[in-house]
Amino acid sequence: MDSKKAKNTLKKPFFLRLKLDIKNHWQMYLLALPVVLYFAIFNYAPMFGIAMAFEKYQIKKGIFGSQLVGLANFKRFFLSPFFWRLLKNTLLISFYGLLFSFPLPIIFALCLNEVRNKRFKKTVQTISYLPYFISVVVVVSILFDFGKANGLITNIASFFGWEGGAVISSSKWFRSLYIGSNLWQHLGYNSIIFISALAAVDPTLYEAARIDGANRWKQTLHVTLPGIASTIIVLLILRLGQIMGVGYEKIILMYGPSTYETADVISSYVYRVGILDADYSYSTAVNLFNSLVNMVVLFTANFISRKVNETSIW
Amino acid sequence: MNKRSTGEKIFAVFNTIFLLMLCVIFFLPVWHVAMGSISDPLKVAATSGLYFKPLGKITLGGYKLIMQNSTILNAYGNTIIYVVAATLLGLVLNILAAYVMSTKGLMFGKPFALFVIFTMIFNGGLVPTFMVVNKLGMMDTRWALIIPGALSAYNIIIMRTSFAEIPKEMLEAARIDGASEIKILTRIILPVSKSIIAVIVLFYAVQHWNSWFNAALYLQKSRNLYPLQLTLREIVLQSTENAIVADADGQDVMIYRPLIKYATIMISIIPMMILYPFVQKYFVTGVMIGSVKG
Repeated sequence: MDSKKAKNTLKKPFFLRLKLDIKNHWQMYLLALPVVLYFAIFNYAPMFGIAMAFEKYQIKKGIFGSQLVGLANFKRFFLSPFFWRLLKNTLLISFYGLLFSFPLPIIFALCLNEVRNKRFKKTVQTISYLPYFISVVVVVSILFDFGKANGLITNIASFFGWEGGAVISSSKWFRSLYIGSNLWQHLGYNSIIFISALAAVDPTLYEAARIDGANRWKQTLHVTLPGIASTIIVLLILRLGQIMGVGYEKIILMYGPSTYETADVISSYVYRVGILDADYSYSTAVNLFNSLVNMVVLFTANFISRKVNETSIW
Repeated sequence: MNKRSTGEKIFAVFNTIFLLMLCVIFFLPVWHVAMGSISDPLKVAATSGLYFKPLGKITLGGYKLIMQNSTILNAYGNTIIYVVAATLLGLVLNILAAYVMSTKGLMFGKPFALFVIFTMIFNGGLVPTFMVVNKLGMMDTRWALIIPGALSAYNIIIMRTSFAEIPKEMLEAARIDGASEIKILTRIILPVSKSIIAVIVLFYAVQHWNSWFNAALYLQKSRNLYPLQLTLREIVLQSTENAIVADADGQDVMIYRPLIKYATIMISIIPMMILYPFVQKYFVTGVMIGSVKG
């Protein structure tokens, strides 16, 4: 009977079904309305602004009146002397970031997992979240304090033979400072997922391994790591999906003309030409290029993740 | 418990030392700033490196100076307004969206979910968003810092996941009794969802307390509306403490100037430092739900 009913509903034309649905669930439509309006205004309306990327946008003429120029803005970006530098900086910051900030939270979680004193473990965990609650402005402020001419990091660097003065205004140091401070801020936060994955490993497996004579190290190698392998793989693939998505907020707080060489990434360039120089069309084109590449990489990563996920659960 | 081998004991010792060192690294930068803020200003100006303890005689002169400073106090007040208003707005919209998304059998259920999730994957970008906010007449008003960043799809999904675990029978029974949807939401769902509400409030509040970029973007002509983070940026990163304290007068300013940046950083992080040990339980729950779904 149920399937018959379903068939009947399916046969009805779309608008009739919609009318019925609205009649039956009008309260739900009403509750959804503010949310729909919100996203429509602040997330979907700006998408129409992307048309500017294909125009020579003039404020007076508006989006509908400005002259269409096809792909000229994109061409300008690809031929610009900055293109390769921006691409290189974006990819390098992502790549080095991944290299350090991906494995370290796993190692941290593994070390915590070996601690037997519950209170010590909890305390270390709580302290490790502290930097996450600090704002980017404060983190960069402290970085400036440590990286100034006689600051802590500069002093340490000088001790090892560095002669370039304040590290914060050196393009050679930018990536290390950026990635190092990110690591400091997010290590504890990023380890949460691994700690919970470790807690979910079946304790009877350890028991069995012990009976077989495996020591702690062997247990880590043959029980713990395989137990969290799927979590690691999925998160790694998702992180790879964000490889072109270096955000601008921290970069524009940290960089300056003396560090543009290594610090300027696509998103910070979008901010500079778009908001500071008010070159709307060009900035929108650069951003669109970045978003599209991001989306392609993200979907590829998700696709792979799904494949891996399915094959790993057997 | 089984006995540990010698190797394991040695490892345990090194492991403890390693973790203690990490704790020091996590904590030391904040400690350094805290010590700097109460040190003798002359010694702060002359000393480089880390401050493990206050230099010279302990003084609260830096704090006194910023407490008398109208710019910083004003920014502090602004931040509180923005955090409370934006968190409230975000929470209400978040609850509505999560409730609709967790309800099964709606014809528009799936399109609505896609509509929400798509905002996480793609956006119009910096300049088009800026222009929309500009068109709405929000530039240089408080609304620009309350409305545009208030709702996040990520938080909606976390809450949806939690709402979906509430037994359907309870809701169906109420519906048969003729309860309206808003009544079901406020009388049945919300009372059993206190911890997820705490998670979401925490996520939004931390985000708004720490945000500065929207302020830099949308408040170009109104310094009196600046939140604390933006004022902090000016003082510390753009070294404009002279301009900031210009309205205070006398010798105090000259003497305590090296302490201003440390003291300002401290007053911006103290509320978080006091709050977070108590709320981190909720925070961990939220991150875990988010990472499973995200």
